[in-house]
Amino acid sequence: MSRSWGRQDAATIVAAIVLIWLMPLLISTYTLTVLVIYGMLALSLGLIWGFGGILCFGQAAFFGLGAYTYAIAAINVGESTLPMILAVFVPALFAALLGAMMFYGRLTDVYLGVITLVVTLILFKFVNSSAGPQYVIGEARLGGFNGIPGFHTLNIPGQPDEYIWGDALYYVCAVALLAVYFLVTWLLRSSFGRIAIGIRENETRVSLMGYDVRARKTILFAIGAAIAGLAGALFANWGEIVTPGLFSLGQSAEIIIWCIVGGLGTRLGPIIGAAGLAYLKFLLGQQSLIDNTLIMGIILVLFVLFLPKGIVPAVASLWKASFGRRSGRKSAGRRHMRRVDSANG
Amino acid sequence: MDLSFVILVEIFYAVASLALISAGLAVVFGMMKVINLAHGEFMMMGGYATITAVHLGVNVFVAMLIIAPLIVGLIGLVVERLVIRHLYGRLVDTMLATWGLSLFFIGMATMIFGNTTTSITTPITGFAVGDYQINGYNFFIIFVSAVLLISMYVLLKTTRIGLIARGTMQRSDMAAALGYSPDRIYMATFFCGSALSGLAGAVLAPLVGLVPTSGGAYIAKAFITVIAGGPSLIVGLISSSSLFGVVNQIFTFGISPVFGDVALLISAVILLRLLPQGVTGKFFKGKM
Repeated sequence: MSRSWGRQDAATIVAAIVLIWLMPLLISTYTLTVLVIYGMLALSLGLIWGFGGILCFGQAAFFGLGAYTYAIAAINVGESTLPMILAVFVPALFAALLGAMMFYGRLTDVYLGVITLVVTLILFKFVNSSAGPQYVIGEARLGGFNGIPGFHTLNIPGQPDEYIWGDALYYVCAVALLAVYFLVTWLLRSSFGRIAIGIRENETRVSLMGYDVRARKTILFAIGAAIAGLAGALFANWGEIVTPGLFSLGQSAEIIIWCIVGGLGTRLGPIIGAAGLAYLKFLLGQQSLIDNTLIMGIILVLFVLFLPKGIVPAVASLWKASFGRRSGRKSAGRRHMRRVDSANG
Repeated sequence: MDLSFVILVEIFYAVASLALISAGLAVVFGMMKVINLAHGEFMMMGGYATITAVHLGVNVFVAMLIIAPLIVGLIGLVVERLVIRHLYGRLVDTMLATWGLSLFFIGMATMIFGNTTTSITTPITGFAVGDYQINGYNFFIIFVSAVLLISMYVLLKTTRIGLIARGTMQRSDMAAALGYSPDRIYMATFFCGSALSGLAGAVLAPLVGLVPTSGGAYIAKAFITVIAGGPSLIVGLISSSSLFGVVNQIFTFGISPVFGDVALLISAVILLRLLPQGVTGKFFKGKM
């Protein structure tokens, strides 16, 4: 089995490199960069929701926290390496605390949703009202509704004057996404990931087997937040400004829509959903006939009603139905296959 | 003396408006276990219905108390038939679908009314208490939500319709065996819930400038109040909105309105951590 994984990984890398190289021929790298960043953000929720069964309504909180951490640290430090590291760790720490509070309190589904949503709102309200001069961290003013502009953007580690921007930033983001993708892949193949999927399927059974469900969920939640934080930091570098809008409910909603449309329980689905829908939104933004939000709403409703599993699983099962007959497995075997597939994504 | 009266009125007003905002959501969630994230947009549409009716020359109270609930209730009915009824029993899916609906309605309102602020003046003038000015409309809101809660209680507790509705919510199969169609009862309940949302939006419309996205301001508060209230519909609504309203006003007067909101949210997080099933999951068990 591990040999077929090796072959799969090699194929993924080759496909990814070809895509990274080809896509700038079709879409400008400026747009592509943000699509890649959104893909990473969607992957972070896809990991904790699709594989961990934790529906977080506030993934935008970690995204925004990463972006703000980067911006504030970059103003104070004056280069980008330490801020990037902080932008990963601060959201992860925050999520670990929040997750510990929730999971050790045995909160589930709706209540989890409410708390994550509320925390996002608290951050939004707080940052939005921090316009006064008393809200200062080091040398950085939080700036309230106007956000923080003019911080030091990404540079080559150790050389604060060598900025990474434009095409180079796109390649950095794309490689980062690939790295995160393989990190998630590795995580899901490890025993930690398998148990996380077990928790999603049946929490009671896993805890009766002697695993500490609460600690595992907390750690998974923190890893998801770390990825979202990284995406936030890259977004800050791309936009060169951070605003409270990053924490907004609309942003959280969009992340959930990407995951639903792309396909839960897969690694590729959220990335495709995010990039596809963000590009669609970009295209729709260029016309003024129909409101953008309206179309996003219709897409979400239609997917929940007719394709609740998302695009990638639907295409995969279609592919299997038309080409996968030769293996000749019986239905019991197929059910086993499906479980392994959902584990492998 | 004057100040304490003003603060008392403000606290009552905060509690009443929270209860009003949450009533529609409470009916839909408490009875049907459907979380309607388009609730804020139903309120927004109630507001627009009122303003449009007033501009057409209808009396403002007729527009608020009759026209807006009817229009929003009908919209809710259409939504229930087209979307929600396929998703009963799938909590997360209903949340996502209604979130989609909320985006849809925001887009729709933006296309029809434009992304500008519309408003009407409050129909009741304010008056002075000592050195302070009180908005007379606050009393109207307190009155409306008190009447609303009492009539909901009476309807559910004493009438035959209320009995059938509660029975269906507990055991829809039993209700079906006794000859009542759960499908129709769900439909009617959703109509009532949407109408209540529309009423709340309409009554609050004169106080706020209305934009297509103004529903977002309500949904989180309503959501928190209903979830924190727990399984009992009316007692839960009253207890959680009293708690949050008081906390909100204390911090609003003590520090600033923003901290009032933040304190409300933080107290909700703490409350849910301590009582994961809501207030009435622990106290007042088995009440309405």
